[in-house]
Amino acid sequence: MSDLFTQAVFIAMVASGVRLAVPLLIASLGEMFGQRSGVLNLGVDGIMLLGAFSGYYAVLRSGSVWYGLAFGTIIGLLLGIVSAVIAVTLKAEQGISGIGVYLFGLGMSDLLFQKLVGTPVPISSFPKVQLPLLSEIPLLGGMLFRHSLVVYLAFVAVPVSMWVLNRTTFGLNIRAVGQNPESADSLGVSVARVRYATVIIGGTLAGTAGAALAIDLGIFQQNLTNAAGFIAIALVYFGAWRPLGVMAGALLYGLVNAVVLQMKTLGIIPLAWSDIAAMVPAIITILALVVVAQRFRPPAALTTPFSRGT
Amino acid sequence: MGYLVPVAAVVAALLIGAVILLRLEADPVEALGVMMRGAFGSSNALMNTAIKATPLLFVGVGITIAFRANVINIGGEGQMVSGALLATTTALVIPELPAIVVLPTVLLAGIIGGAIWGAIPGALKAYYGVNEILSTIMLNVVAVQLMNFLLRGPLIDPAEIERGTRIPQTERLIDSADLPHLLGKLHIGPLVAVLVAVGAYLLMWRTPVGYRIRAVGLSQDAARYAGIEVRRTIVLAMTLSGAMAGLAGAVLVFGSESHRMVTDGSTAGFTGSAGFNGIVAALFGGLHALWTIPASFLFGGLLVGGLAMQRAVQVPSALILALNGLVVVFVVSSDRLRRRLLARDYTGRRAAPTSTNDPPGETSPAEAEANDR
Amino acid sequence: MTVTPTGKGGNMRKPRFAWLAMLAALALVAAACGDDDGGGDGTNGDDPFRIAIVAPSASNDLAFSQSIVDAVNLIAQERGNVTVQVTDGMFVVEDAAAAIRGYAEDGVDLVLAHGSQYGGSLQEIAPDFPDTAFAWGTAADTFDLPNVFSYEAASDEGGYVMGVMAAALSESGIIGVVGPIEVGDAKLYVDGFGVGVLAEDPGATVNINYIGSFSDVALASEAAQSHLAAGADILTGTAQMVVGAIGVASQNGLPWFGTQANQTSLAPDIVVASQVYHWEVVLREIIANIEGGTVGGEIYEINLANGGLVIEFNDGFDLSDDVRAKADAAIDGIKSGSISTGQ
Repeated sequence: MSDLFTQAVFIAMVASGVRLAVPLLIASLGEMFGQRSGVLNLGVDGIMLLGAFSGYYAVLRSGSVWYGLAFGTIIGLLLGIVSAVIAVTLKAEQGISGIGVYLFGLGMSDLLFQKLVGTPVPISSFPKVQLPLLSEIPLLGGMLFRHSLVVYLAFVAVPVSMWVLNRTTFGLNIRAVGQNPESADSLGVSVARVRYATVIIGGTLAGTAGAALAIDLGIFQQNLTNAAGFIAIALVYFGAWRPLGVMAGALLYGLVNAVVLQMKTLGIIPLAWSDIAAMVPAIITILALVVVAQRFRPPAALTTPFSRGT
Repeated sequence: MGYLVPVAAVVAALLIGAVILLRLEADPVEALGVMMRGAFGSSNALMNTAIKATPLLFVGVGITIAFRANVINIGGEGQMVSGALLATTTALVIPELPAIVVLPTVLLAGIIGGAIWGAIPGALKAYYGVNEILSTIMLNVVAVQLMNFLLRGPLIDPAEIERGTRIPQTERLIDSADLPHLLGKLHIGPLVAVLVAVGAYLLMWRTPVGYRIRAVGLSQDAARYAGIEVRRTIVLAMTLSGAMAGLAGAVLVFGSESHRMVTDGSTAGFTGSAGFNGIVAALFGGLHALWTIPASFLFGGLLVGGLAMQRAVQVPSALILALNGLVVVFVVSSDRLRRRLLARDYTGRRAAPTSTNDPPGETSPAEAEANDR
Repeated sequence: MTVTPTGKGGNMRKPRFAWLAMLAALALVAAACGDDDGGGDGTNGDDPFRIAIVAPSASNDLAFSQSIVDAVNLIAQERGNVTVQVTDGMFVVEDAAAAIRGYAEDGVDLVLAHGSQYGGSLQEIAPDFPDTAFAWGTAADTFDLPNVFSYEAASDEGGYVMGVMAAALSESGIIGVVGPIEVGDAKLYVDGFGVGVLAEDPGATVNINYIGSFSDVALASEAAQSHLAAGADILTGTAQMVVGAIGVASQNGLPWFGTQANQTSLAPDIVVASQVYHWEVVLREIIANIEGGTVGGEIYEINLANGGLVIEFNDGFDLSDDVRAKADAAIDGIKSGSISTGQ
């Protein structure tokens, strides 16, 4: 096995895991903000799909990947506003409305694709950016520092999220609203406004994640995300509502997938067992939590709509 | 006034659908008419709707149990698959016996298969603190690969290997495992589902077990104080919920046109996403097993009507999915408004019932877990 | 402190009777006032020939579903007076079964069940409509029913030809394959491809990666990357998620071999050739049979010899005459029967 895993293969495998982790990481960070303030949005995958199609279509029309990423992000933002209206103002059941948004996104992205594009047309994808100096580091350079700009941005979003959550008034308000909306309200924090903000952040990042996925692949087709949005939701729980934990979960899931793929390609996993091997990332994610036995508490008000005076 | 709100919501969703239909150059009046007739317009349509509603109802009934215990089970898809796999395996190995023996056996196998797939996340939550949303999503991923592995290998129809066509499906299962038909194409599935719903209602509201499950759902601390084994109850609720989904999977196999299990490589190809849609039905039914019956029937009608519309007006099937999503979003979004208006309607007669915000995990798994530590 | 879950829970979770009742009422009203044109009931001689297709993915997927839709549309153009109805996106097998039954009830002349996973359902449905012709593919079984045709593609043949070319083009001697799940048409193509590679270069390595999904484009893309890491310099793959792998081949300038449809438009620089399905070859025979009064019982195959499978070369790819000659020799050998693809 060790002679099959040359250094080059090892580097490529880790790089592959990082790429697989990126859409999950972006979407998951966004969902984390919503949940931290007490709103569970199960519609992530639907927003990702619409973001993916919008991003793809914008690139197809404009030729610019950045315009595409921006357009997918804006569509995510708009859907975030819609989700916020549904969950915060209309106080809809968060579980079901999310499933509704998911079904809508799954159908609508496919419908728009069939009507506006038809047969798949490839688009250009993000250019690779070799970070100066860093990309020359042996091993790590190839694994981590020869990616597209979006990959770096996704990982930069982790410390930024930590800073927002832990070091700003807004972050404090988010945590207060998620933990105890009544007392946050009595202290003059607008529960609705905070939740609007976090759900919109979640939608925006889901749109970004979808657009990043489509543009990175250079293509769109029906159900492009293949339920990645649900994996992203699961990773919020894996990461115990903390940016670093979410990142660890996304990297674990991506890397295990990459290792399994590489082992299949090299014939280490026989063909007959390829389905069994495909289970491994999901199983390891669960087992990792069992072994680590983390005992973090979720935001106490998660899934509970807030009405003043009830 | 309040009674009109959900109707207005459905109409609003369908109006958006009508706009999309116009954009697709289809006649919206004809299309929506076909949809309604295809769902409820004839005895044939009603039978189709009842059959489509069956897995939704089974899963939905299971959801009413899990969510009442404040466990958010979104693993219905995987539980349906595992139930179907165990039921199918049983039907493949069971000797030729009268249907009266075979049918209950294979359905029981489905129940057990689903129960196992539900008990795992239940136990992981209760004893290892692994959040059930994470574990059920991940177990859905595992189940689909298990299905592909088994139908591609151990369970495959030997004729497929012989012919070299390798379609991932079992042979036609024994006749005695077919669900008996009541009337035309209508098999006993819907009847069983309604009976199970009634049974679940009685369990939840008329037995100590149901009392314990609900007590744990309302407050784990209080339940523990009252001497209830909280962890065991959580596992039980998830096991029951999985069992219902497993039964849905088994009924899907033995009531299918093909009387066998077949995969297209995806979970939804087998379940038709009933594992998710069942949650919608259960929540529309107010997490009440009996009200989940009409909710499933109507939601099933929406799905069947969509298929009829697709066939008649030749619009992409993607539109049907999008339309379903819109109806769900609009109805659930208008629910609060409906209750507020209803409360106002009643104020003349009695004090307005303060509408507490409902379901899932409103005491929230959150608190539950926190308290558990 | 005492808990009374019965009382409290009962209040909290009020059944939503109201909207359920109203939705039901709405449905009934709509059903009642809907107009009642029962469907096609004319029976004079000028009736168009009605064909319906039930297919698992989008009808413009540049792959499996599009191949049949294109073929039927071509037939409709050729003949005139043909109506074509398509229900695509039917990956849910029971929904597909409902659509097949629905078309049969509507009185369609020929129902095409275009998915090997639909066979089990068709076997039960077809006997209920003895006057309707059904065709099922890709498969090689009519269940001994008099009104079921079946059709399949010898995709191993094209796979073999592609394999020969791939081995001839490869410098590293390592070739990567991205597949969905090891079943049916995909398995046929991949197996034929492997035999072709080894026939040309017995020392070559074919790395096969079945990713476990027909829809995970990102995973297909990374599977292609894993082939690159393992030293592959030629790639191929089958099923609709391979668009992800084609993108990787395109970015890295590696030759790609396509199947199911002409994939040149997805990567004009690197697609060497595509195996294209021309179902019209068997559809013409099926329709001729139906018009002659035979509504089933035959098994058809498209292959290189009968022109149903065509290797379409990409003029934009600079293929050397030498390799092209090897491909042509393989095609001729398969047609004449002197070459076996091992199936």
